[in-house]
Amino acid sequence: MTATVELHHVAKRFGKVEAVRDVSFDLPEGETVALVGHNGAGKTTLLKLMLGLIRPTAGSIRVLGDDPSAGEFTARRRLGYLPESVSFNTGLTGRETLAFYARLKREPMRDALVLLERVGLTHAADRRVGTYSKGMRQRLGLAQALLGAPRVLLLDEPTTGLDPALRQSFYEIVQELRGGGSTVLLSSHALTELEERAGRVIIMNRGVKVADGTLDDLRRLARLPTRIRLRVADGGFPHVSNWLGPISDWRRINGHMIEIDARPEEKIDILRRATGDGAAVEDLDVFPPTLDELYAHFLRSQEMAP
Amino acid sequence: MRNVLIVARKEVQEGLRNRWVLATTLLLAALALSLTFLGSAPTGNVGVRALDVVIVSLSSLTIFLLPLIALLISHDAIVGEMERGTMLLLLSYPIARWQVLLGKFAGHLAILAFATLLGYGAAAAALAITGSAIDAESWVAFGSMVGSSIMLGAIFIAVGYLVSALVGNRGTAAGIAIGIWLLFVLIYDMALLGILVVDQGQTVSGSVLNALLLLNPTDVYRLFNLTGFANVSSFSGMAGVAQGVTLSLPVLLAALAAWTLVPLALAALAFSRREL
Repeated sequence: MTATVELHHVAKRFGKVEAVRDVSFDLPEGETVALVGHNGAGKTTLLKLMLGLIRPTAGSIRVLGDDPSAGEFTARRRLGYLPESVSFNTGLTGRETLAFYARLKREPMRDALVLLERVGLTHAADRRVGTYSKGMRQRLGLAQALLGAPRVLLLDEPTTGLDPALRQSFYEIVQELRGGGSTVLLSSHALTELEERAGRVIIMNRGVKVADGTLDDLRRLARLPTRIRLRVADGGFPHVSNWLGPISDWRRINGHMIEIDARPEEKIDILRRATGDGAAVEDLDVFPPTLDELYAHFLRSQEMAP
Repeated sequence: MRNVLIVARKEVQEGLRNRWVLATTLLLAALALSLTFLGSAPTGNVGVRALDVVIVSLSSLTIFLLPLIALLISHDAIVGEMERGTMLLLLSYPIARWQVLLGKFAGHLAILAFATLLGYGAAAAALAITGSAIDAESWVAFGSMVGSSIMLGAIFIAVGYLVSALVGNRGTAAGIAIGIWLLFVLIYDMALLGILVVDQGQTVSGSVLNALLLLNPTDVYRLFNLTGFANVSSFSGMAGVAQGVTLSLPVLLAALAAWTLVPLALAALAFSRREL
């Protein structure tokens, strides 16, 4: 696998603010990577660095073989970018706008119109962009990012403003591009936004990379407890510790429910005991750690570090 | 080169859409026509050299109006697009920043040239139709007046870009643009006149005056049009100045070109260093 985007010890400061500190990662072909972090975590700064809109204070960047900070831009023909809250000149129509961007990428208008159809804007193609709703502008933004079958797609908060149906077709397009060997970088302020679609997650906090790996990797690293909820039969409470065994972390929720925070290695044991003979359990629910909890864990762990 | 043309085409398209082209053309045509017909009242209907009179009045109009229009179009070309967020997307495309700037320049200049040609052309056509006798020399003078007017517009477009590339927001750009207009069109000449009167020719020699005039593009334009052609200068009352000033037409033309190229190059430099 060759890397399409490479960052080596990249730092960027704006005056006194260190927006990005010593960030390194490679993005290989055919991978969907989520870049997650709060507002101000440095996501947009990283994307702008990859585009050469700003220059790094330290470190080096390569995008499809180009050094963007040196003003090299030939590779940008194979690069798609959707800025956060994309805006267009309001005076031109959707078709004219897309035609302009297609010309800059030397793409035939035919293909541009296919994309317009694909994001469901054909009916509004001859209306001025000024009359578009936010969702429509976002769709036009997506269409321009997809021009020229990009090998690298940088999407800054791409699904904000999209309705569920369009979100679905957006992820289908992303899937298809990845199948064709493109690198897709999705930035988002919450992991849940991405609905487990990214193969790999990079978590940023205050300009520092705090986690990098597949969701499974991150779950293993975080060692977050799985929540198990048991509905105990009437009168079963006094004997809970008899059949459940010695568990430190359990609490009563109400008259007939208890909740256990099970560490990964004790999870199976607990479930076995809870469903074994003599356990006064009527019902049972298992909640694996959510993406939000996972995300919060990594943010916390970095903040506690010096 | 192709990128430059693509951007230029889009600027013209936008200019047509937001009525800049229409408004500018109508304004220039209306003012040119009224100057043509009202302007002949004080000189009497002499019948000859009518076009030369028009050249004098139109070049005064140009000095006031074209820099203003040019600065209005250009002052937010860069900072405005940055504030609206459209520049971010444009620069993620395979296009160099100088190409963006040059494309905008070509587009804006095309708009201004179209409006000037049509507006001033209407005045000349009206004169020809109403039966004034116009000789070849007058036509040449008129042609160079229109051409140099477009060059004056180009200068202030370039200056506007320089402001736009340097400042942080649109409001500041607009303020500075108005300041520049006031400086070059009104204040500079008044100050120069004041200095000449006070000095009484003691220290300000002819060559110093030449240099001072070259430092203001509107003065270069004025000299080019009002002293360059004998008939015109006699009408404009600039014949006296013309004798004192020893700047030849090529020098004036070169000054106009330099006034375009230097700000444009500086704007490209400032824009290329800018982070957004």
